[in-house]
Amino acid sequence: MSLGMVFAILGAALSTALAGMGSAWGVGMAGQAAAGVVSEDPDQFAKVLLLQLLPGTQGIYGLLVTFITLSRIGILGGNMITDTNTGLMYLFACLPIAIVGLISAYHQGRTSVSCIGLVAKKPDQFGKAMLFPAMVETYAILALLVSILAITNIG
Amino acid sequence: MAIVSMQKLSICANKKNRKAILETLQNLGTVEIFTDGIEDEDLQITDTQSARSKYERRADSFDRVLKLLDAYAPEEKKGLSLFAGREEVGRSDVDRVRQNRRRYNQDAARILQDEKDISECSGIILKDRTQIEALVPWQKLGIPMDTSGTRQTAILIGTLPEVITEEALYAAAIRDLPDPPAVSAEILSTANDETCICVFCLKDDQAKVSENLRQIGFARPSQMLSEIPAEATIRLERDIEEEEKRIEELKADIASFAGKREDYRIAADYYRTRAEKYKLLGTIPQSQSYFFLEGWVPADKADRVAQLLTEKYGACVEKEALKDGEIEPTILKNNRFSQAAEGVLASYGLPQHGHVDPTFIMSIFYVIFFGMMLSDAGYGLVMFIACAVALKKFPDMAAGTKKMIQLFFWCGLSTTFWGFMYGGFFGDAIDVIARTFFGYTGDGIVKALWFEPLKDPMRLLVYCMLFGVIHLFVGLGIKGYELLKAGDIVGFVSDILAWYAFLMGLILMLVPSDLFASIAGMTFNFPSWVGPFSKGLALCGMIVIILMSGRGRRNWALRIALGAYDIYGVTSWLSDVLSYSRLLALGLATGVIGNVINMMASMFGGGVVGAILFIIIFVLGHTLNIGINALGAYVHTNRLQYVEFFGKFYEAGGRPFTPFQNANKYVEVKEER
Repeated sequence: MSLGMVFAILGAALSTALAGMGSAWGVGMAGQAAAGVVSEDPDQFAKVLLLQLLPGTQGIYGLLVTFITLSRIGILGGNMITDTNTGLMYLFACLPIAIVGLISAYHQGRTSVSCIGLVAKKPDQFGKAMLFPAMVETYAILALLVSILAITNIG
Repeated sequence: MAIVSMQKLSICANKKNRKAILETLQNLGTVEIFTDGIEDEDLQITDTQSARSKYERRADSFDRVLKLLDAYAPEEKKGLSLFAGREEVGRSDVDRVRQNRRRYNQDAARILQDEKDISECSGIILKDRTQIEALVPWQKLGIPMDTSGTRQTAILIGTLPEVITEEALYAAAIRDLPDPPAVSAEILSTANDETCICVFCLKDDQAKVSENLRQIGFARPSQMLSEIPAEATIRLERDIEEEEKRIEELKADIASFAGKREDYRIAADYYRTRAEKYKLLGTIPQSQSYFFLEGWVPADKADRVAQLLTEKYGACVEKEALKDGEIEPTILKNNRFSQAAEGVLASYGLPQHGHVDPTFIMSIFYVIFFGMMLSDAGYGLVMFIACAVALKKFPDMAAGTKKMIQLFFWCGLSTTFWGFMYGGFFGDAIDVIARTFFGYTGDGIVKALWFEPLKDPMRLLVYCMLFGVIHLFVGLGIKGYELLKAGDIVGFVSDILAWYAFLMGLILMLVPSDLFASIAGMTFNFPSWVGPFSKGLALCGMIVIILMSGRGRRNWALRIALGAYDIYGVTSWLSDVLSYSRLLALGLATGVIGNVINMMASMFGGGVVGAILFIIIFVLGHTLNIGINALGAYVHTNRLQYVEFFGKFYEAGGRPFTPFQNANKYVEVKEER
């Protein structure tokens, strides 16, 4: 097995690991806030659950990039990498979603916490409350896109 | 696609018909009444606070009764009762309940008293339990705990804060006593660093012995029962049993009212509606024999309301023109497809009168974009069928929920369409099943009608941006339409047409360039005149924008500077268009995760065991994926509408129409006339 494979798998692992960490962090924070709201007003369960889930998408984007990578480097399909440079390319292509996923999920989680507070006070403002965390997610989507485009065009 | 035009009515009627008229209006539920516009020092306002709060209390007590009935005599719920709306009852039912309301109030009082008794009994049980707990270490004591002694002897009962043997206790107790000491020391129990002891001694030695014991930490028990502990425990246990029996009886008593649940619901709503009426009544200005009201009513119903009040109650109803500063309430009216998206618009903010209601246009884009993001035919079918079943089974669900379900019904259809376009049916389920279980080895069975996004993401990205540009241009177009309607031709040319020209020019310059060709992998060969034409177009647009967008300013230098700054706004267009890349990203996410699930499910190979595991993983995995991606699609479709689309033209600020109507929570009264 070449060093290139090692780098490529490092990239694949990082994208699930870091983005997943961020999502766990964000969803965890939001979940605590959501539980607090439900303890006061159980009717808000569905709304705060949706808000809690919003920072969870980064983990999925990370998984997505990992899967695409693995299916191109001979683990789940495609051809094995033989040179180091290609492996490094995969590693760097994975970094946007890994890093941005981690940080954006954390901040999206914090925004979700605030918006859960908003829904607790004004349940009719749910539509707007959902929008604020979604704004943060934009950057995770852009990072995902760059990662996917880079990976699909390597080799 | 319109905002319903409203008519203002002013009503003046004889005071004796006051309640009847209010009830009629309440049952109609089409008039929004307001009274703060009428000011005259001769008019007075009746204080209805006490009547109103009385009815609110009654409604509240019936609410509590219903909750108790649900707790002690649960109703059999139909599946999916989440969607079930308010129950329909006839006017005659309401009349019957109204006639019996005295009795029902007594019922409610009794049920609430029962509940109070139950909590009292529970309190007693709790107290008894604590006492039993406290008596546990004293069980070996055969005399009442407050016994102080006999004629000759003293008895010291209490605790020591340490674990001690009987010998040590005895030794400590007899210190400094004349020999032989007449002392008997007994340990009743030891637990948790505490020893319960009982010491006998002669009355003469009592002072000495208790001093000795005090030195090793002797203390009297905090609670001194004048009963033998073992007997007290039995008594308390019997007491608990009795209280528990009583609670059961009380619960059964409450449950015995379960049959009248329906009537209590009606009664709760009856009182709530009445409280609402008195709330309004408390704001109505009246003279000695007349009262005055103003109200908004949808224009097409104004005549009917006026006629009804005039003929039946001899009221004087006049149509009035809109005064300055008054904002009419907004009701949206859309076709059957678009009204589903009204909730989406309302949660951003309703449009004001005189502006465009964008629901129709938005609903089309909404459904398309949602479909592109979820983009799996299998998921679309699941959504579509689930919504269709819910709509069919619960035709009377609450209006807001119904619109939401209708919206997802259409979104499901669109998702199915895009799923077939992209070739996704539960990911690549059909191919995986064919390979794993039927030994199929050929090419993919399911072919994308258009193309597979993962094989050519750049191409789809370009299309996503194209959809984005169309969406944004439509938004700009609506603003242009509003400007034209307001007669602002200059504004239309300089703010709308100039931007169209500028942006179109830029796009036409970009598309044939090498840069675009290398990114998108597509080359366009336009005729030769397009090059200069696009440059001219962009230049024209730019010049108009620079010259005209600061047209409110007199100072030409400032005006040009403002115009140049406005040109900088092209960057916001760029970021808006890039934002539509989420159509691609979320579409890919659904498909790829679906494939991962299928792959995991098929890892156990063919055969019966494989098939069972496949089904379990397949169902769980795809349920999760459908949930999380439908949520993502919903959130991001909203975002594209709210931020990108509405950002180009829409100003909310409309006031929702809140008619004076029956404040029903449980039942919907159906008129039988």
